[in-house]
Amino acid sequence: MVPRRETGTAIPEVEGKMRTGSPKRRLAAGAALVVAALVTTTACGGGGDNGDKNEDGAGYNAALDKVVNASTKKGGTLKFVGKQDFDSLDPQRTYYGMTWDFLRFFTRTLVTYDTKPGEASNKLVGDLATGPAEVSEDGKTYTYKLRDGLTWEDGSALTSKDVKYGIERIWATDVITGGPAYIKQTLDPKGEYEGPYKDKSKDKLGLKAIETPDDQTIIFKLPKANGDFEQFLAMPTGAPVKQSEDTRAKYTQRPFSSGPYKIESRKANKSLVLVRNDAWKKESDPLRPALPDKITVTISANLEENDKRLMEGDYDLDVNGTGMTQSGRVSATQDHKGSIDNIQTSFVRYVALVHNTKPLDDVNCRKAVFYATDFAGLQQTRGGEVAGGEIANSVFPKSIPGHTDYDPYGILERKGKPDVAKAKAALKDCGQPNGFSTKITARTNNPGEVDAAEALQEQLAEVGIKVEVDPIDGAQSSSINGSPKVVKERGYGMIMSGWGPDFPTGQGYAQPLFDSRFIFENGNYNESEIKDKEIDGLFDEAIASTDPAKAKELYEQMNKRLIDNADWMPFIYEKNISWRSPRLTNVYSSAAYNGRYDYVSLGVVK
Amino acid sequence: MLAYLIRRLLAVVIMVLVVLLATFTVFYMLPKWAGQDIAVLFAGKATGAEQVEGIRTKLGLDEPLLVQFWEFVKAIPMGRTFANGDDVTECPAPCFGYSFVTEEPVWDTLKDALPVTLALAAGACVLWLAAGVATGVVSALKRGSVWDRGAMIAALGGVSLPIFFTGMVAMGIFVHSLGWVHIEDSLSTDDSIGVWFETLLLPWIVLALLNAAMYARLTRATMLDVLGEDYIRTARAKGLGERVVITRHALRSAMTPILTVFGLDIGVLLGGAVLTESTFNLPGLGLAAVQAINSKDLPVILGVTLFAALAIAVANLVVDLLYAVIDPRVRLG
Repeated sequence: MVPRRETGTAIPEVEGKMRTGSPKRRLAAGAALVVAALVTTTACGGGGDNGDKNEDGAGYNAALDKVVNASTKKGGTLKFVGKQDFDSLDPQRTYYGMTWDFLRFFTRTLVTYDTKPGEASNKLVGDLATGPAEVSEDGKTYTYKLRDGLTWEDGSALTSKDVKYGIERIWATDVITGGPAYIKQTLDPKGEYEGPYKDKSKDKLGLKAIETPDDQTIIFKLPKANGDFEQFLAMPTGAPVKQSEDTRAKYTQRPFSSGPYKIESRKANKSLVLVRNDAWKKESDPLRPALPDKITVTISANLEENDKRLMEGDYDLDVNGTGMTQSGRVSATQDHKGSIDNIQTSFVRYVALVHNTKPLDDVNCRKAVFYATDFAGLQQTRGGEVAGGEIANSVFPKSIPGHTDYDPYGILERKGKPDVAKAKAALKDCGQPNGFSTKITARTNNPGEVDAAEALQEQLAEVGIKVEVDPIDGAQSSSINGSPKVVKERGYGMIMSGWGPDFPTGQGYAQPLFDSRFIFENGNYNESEIKDKEIDGLFDEAIASTDPAKAKELYEQMNKRLIDNADWMPFIYEKNISWRSPRLTNVYSSAAYNGRYDYVSLGVVK
Repeated sequence: MLAYLIRRLLAVVIMVLVVLLATFTVFYMLPKWAGQDIAVLFAGKATGAEQVEGIRTKLGLDEPLLVQFWEFVKAIPMGRTFANGDDVTECPAPCFGYSFVTEEPVWDTLKDALPVTLALAAGACVLWLAAGVATGVVSALKRGSVWDRGAMIAALGGVSLPIFFTGMVAMGIFVHSLGWVHIEDSLSTDDSIGVWFETLLLPWIVLALLNAAMYARLTRATMLDVLGEDYIRTARAKGLGERVVITRHALRSAMTPILTVFGLDIGVLLGGAVLTESTFNLPGLGLAAVQAINSKDLPVILGVTLFAALAIAVANLVVDLLYAVIDPRVRLG
């Protein structure tokens, strides 16, 4: 159960060829900015050509917690653009947040996130199922009833067996790869089932943990209770697949639709076009308004150019949802402020303090780092409060239960400024009164990360902590940062990175980061190497609990303990500036999809 | 002449083998020496150990290196079948590898991207060769004039300005401000010639601007050298017209170094103009490589690299053959 890093905001590694940290590239970014400025000026001088298309939108931040341009009007083409293509359109193989948001156009699951703005979206509601599961007393049996009139795109009935078959595909780990394994880990922790492709039973439905007594009933039998089980089913991995249409590895090229749209054409790394699925019945689907007649996605490599075309109305929104570029932000804020939102993502920028590297094994040395860090300075390197994000005090992002205002180091109180006196005192307590030396890693392909690490280097030098910045290739990070052996060999004391939740609960966000049983030889995300029995126990207790209020309380305790022990230092709750075309109707930011607009609700004016 | 041709062809065959060996070394052996598991790299984003083992068997990464190299080379003319138990993946000839990210043979990606890259290269070459050589010749003839100085300063500017700068400015002016041209999103063979022409016009000019500058300077320098040669004086003394002296005698001789550079440039361009294609979002080989790097799709990166290397080798061969046409000494040698 290892969530892919940064799935939450979809591959930030790739987003900014021109915005990364090396001096040469910064020069490129600078040049691009100059050009953009030039172009903006000429555009304004050029007269009203562009102005007509860009009538003011509904207002700055209008779509954060309410629906902008609510409408039931059908028709038109909804046009997405993005730099990065979907990782996979196969529901059992995708792990990018943007794909999960988009897939709802043609993929349905038993339960899904409510189509409501802001944090109201975190609530699970019935999709294929009539409602949330009926859970047994011991929390080990989940029963769903399917709605009437569910269909596939060929008009055939969609049954509970299709749901079971789709989920079984997760077990075919040599063919169906890339997606999260939560359901498999929960239902079959020993991995006894071999997957549908090696299934000896006649109907290929040999997985014992799922029962389908009739076409409209599906029962899940968990060996051990897991309060987040329905969250797993809401991920695309819980989607049905029709056995006769399963093309195995190639299913990603043409998945069979259960939703209001189906794929008309698809070219990897270029485009995707969806058209209406006439077999879909509105009365079987209360969540999807299905407004546009057609949906297009264009993959286009030049971010600055994409922003410009968004503002000119050639496209409606960015499918990646990673926010506008610097030049795009500047001109959008100046000229079209009513059409942008400053979106709070569920993403946290952090520095892991490696307990296995001396002297950071000592809690006081770690506390010295907390006191000596200028959080406000780091915030500037990430783009400031609006484009970068707010200063963090909790290990949990704001939308995840477990987040509190707990701030023992006074970080928020001092508005992020360091406390040199306390830092020096902490250094004395850890037996390093003159400071110490260590190394920090930062990923070169993540925009601004090396800059932030260099800023931290300067800040910590103020109290005598000498940090050497080691820029690493983000594509290799799972075998560098993610390998405790390499971390030890190279003497890394700090690891700078970012993290977002797979699903909006404490488990979905924090377990890979802090549970000692999640320390792996490769692809390890408990980079601090926290081995704390109490933390592990809190996870077990919170996961077993089916009462969200109880789980929240436990995660709050966990947050307090992690912060008290200075185990892991968050510094930014990430925000971005997103473009929302004035053409769009039914627009709102969905916390369940990391602050992205809820794609499935969107419509267009014409 | 025939002997020359055979010699050149043999050289190319050896070159291609070297290219194959070098590519194989870079992609299969270097990571191994650096302590990385190649199967993990080829698997792309897949994480599961089982998948990695599957790919190891499928790609034959557990076989001896020589066998692997042979399979790798053989796949290009013969095609290849990757099999792991009943999980069989066909990669028909010419097999440049198979992408486990898009679940397509790499050749499909190359095949789609190739027309765009070819069209971009062809148009830009014609433009820059014509503009570059003409400017160079005129500069050389009117050495020291305002025209010469102006052209050389413009050339310096052209060489110095990176594509993403000139490209963005060009788009800002001609696409966004003036709206004279429309750039099609993802150019494909389904689009009409008109669409291709309109979409490629700016990239041609921008790419030509960068290269023409160098050709202008090169032409000017060689022309000045050549014009000082004895045989030019002889030609003039014989009473030949100035036009004949310049085009038939001087320019022909000055073409040899230009052709050499031109051959290399074409080869490089056929491997994909990464910056131009990214700036204008032209779905050619360069952009395919960039996207493959972003999605950690190693087989595609390998495929593009291999194809680019082969393109350069072939372009060199063509240049060598053209030498024979231009330079009489080669024919005799």
